[in-house]
Amino acid sequence: MESVAVGERGITYDARGLVEPNAEPPRTSEITGDKAVFDAADCTTRTINLEIRWLLTDKGVKDVTVRNPGAKHSIGVAILERCRIRFEGSLGYFGVALIDGPEIEITGRVGWSVAENMMSGTIVIEKNAGSLAGAAIRGGDLVVKGDVGARTGIDQKGGTIIVGGNAGLLTGFMMQRGRQIICGNVGNGLGDSMYDGAIFVGGKVASLGVDCEEAEVTTDDQEMLDHKLGYYGVEHPDVFRKFVCAKKLWNYDSLEPNERKLVL
Amino acid sequence: MCGIAGVIHKNGPSDVGLEVTKMLQSMKHRGPDSTGFALYGEPSEHVVMRIKLADPRGAGSIDWSERIERHKMELEARLGKVGATIDRLEGITEYAARVTIDYEGDLKSLVDYVEDIPGCEVLSLGHSLEIVKDLGDAETVSAQYGLTSFRGTHGIGHVRMATESDVDIAGAHPYWAYPFGDVAVVHNGQLTNYHQWRRRLERLGHRFQSECDSEIIAVYLAEKLHNGVPLETAIKDSLTDFDGVFTYVVVTEDSLGMAKDVMAAKPLVLFESDDLVALASEEVAIRALIDHEIDTHDPYEGEVLVWNR
Repeated sequence: MESVAVGERGITYDARGLVEPNAEPPRTSEITGDKAVFDAADCTTRTINLEIRWLLTDKGVKDVTVRNPGAKHSIGVAILERCRIRFEGSLGYFGVALIDGPEIEITGRVGWSVAENMMSGTIVIEKNAGSLAGAAIRGGDLVVKGDVGARTGIDQKGGTIIVGGNAGLLTGFMMQRGRQIICGNVGNGLGDSMYDGAIFVGGKVASLGVDCEEAEVTTDDQEMLDHKLGYYGVEHPDVFRKFVCAKKLWNYDSLEPNERKLVL
Repeated sequence: MCGIAGVIHKNGPSDVGLEVTKMLQSMKHRGPDSTGFALYGEPSEHVVMRIKLADPRGAGSIDWSERIERHKMELEARLGKVGATIDRLEGITEYAARVTIDYEGDLKSLVDYVEDIPGCEVLSLGHSLEIVKDLGDAETVSAQYGLTSFRGTHGIGHVRMATESDVDIAGAHPYWAYPFGDVAVVHNGQLTNYHQWRRRLERLGHRFQSECDSEIIAVYLAEKLHNGVPLETAIKDSLTDFDGVFTYVVVTEDSLGMAKDVMAAKPLVLFESDDLVALASEEVAIRALIDHEIDTHDPYEGEVLVWNR
């Protein structure tokens, strides 16, 4: 692929506008057995991601610690294998998005769209996250121990989102499946236009969104809440309320497409 | 997509020009078209005017140098005619100047008379506000105008990806709140009732230098401040009066404030310590200022915050 040097810093772009198409992993990690420590302070997003990939695929590392990620965007994306990654610091937008399998720990904060489209695995964030946390996740656990912004779990299709603090506007907007556990307060429009799934709230609800209603918390729900919060060390509020889709606007069955074919 | 940033020191001046430059450069990817700064130095007894003497797109034309010289002479003459005494007139770039004057009269009359010189635009006016904006990234504009040595207590900045109007200095942020001194705004988003508010404010006698919706916010807020409305109340009122999706930062001689619209569709990340507040569209801009681990958070929908220096 031909690239052209642009600008005094020599960042290169190819015809599709991709940054640094010819970048190489810096290969500066300290590797001990199946563990590695990598200082990302002076690296670009692409070289950080290349280094993580190099460690996991070429060096057989299963436990990576990334120091000084510097809130750069799109770090740790598209990791598709079972491994442990610890980020010591904060990530920017789309942090650890598109993952399938890893256990990830972040000691700082993550910007908008953390874990977007996660398929499986766990992500534990010690501080806050921005808006759109857990957008369109299909599986896995996303745990934010601090607060999150607006539209948490928009278009969520599975998995569990746990928030230790407060959540903003339109939490669970267009949610289709899965669970959300918000220990603090939520903003206006909770569960607006949700299709399915359940949202548990431990604090105050500013207002419900369109076609969202309160439901009874069952003993199974309570068992799940106790287990999840206990497992991740998140403080359990005294009482949870449960919110689901009222299914008054859109009437539909809960069959999967292949099941529907059989019925029809 | 644009990027906005702001910083205010609660305990005295700092290298605020360098700080805002670093913040904006780290968000270059959010807007490569133009960069602007509104910086607040120590309050001066003089009125400080930042002015564009001609549209830089005319550079290279046959009479460019003569035009600039002619406009400079006309500026001096007109300032004299309205009773302003020039303390100092510095040519900062080929087409931009900084003038300090002694003047007690009506600011609107002064600005209108000066801007009647074809191609001239007063970028800012006040006792401590100085607005600099030009095409290019933050480091380019900062070097061009010597901003890294600017000391002050607070400032805001903007990197622009032009979506609603031209790539030129008139479309660049920050916007000064003509004709009120020492008020400026940077904004990320779109106001969908821009034309209604423009007509309302024009009926009150205000003029607009650009077609950019962000200029409305500056003039709207300054009009309220001029009528004695506290800054925080004025900002809260704007959340009801403006339609659209927006996050903006406003600065006055003593304060820095922010607003996030009720849909929370535009980002802002905030860091606050005992002596410093820094906010930006992206955390990476705050990290450009602070090299140790910090706690940051996103203000919520409809949130309004104000800090004083």
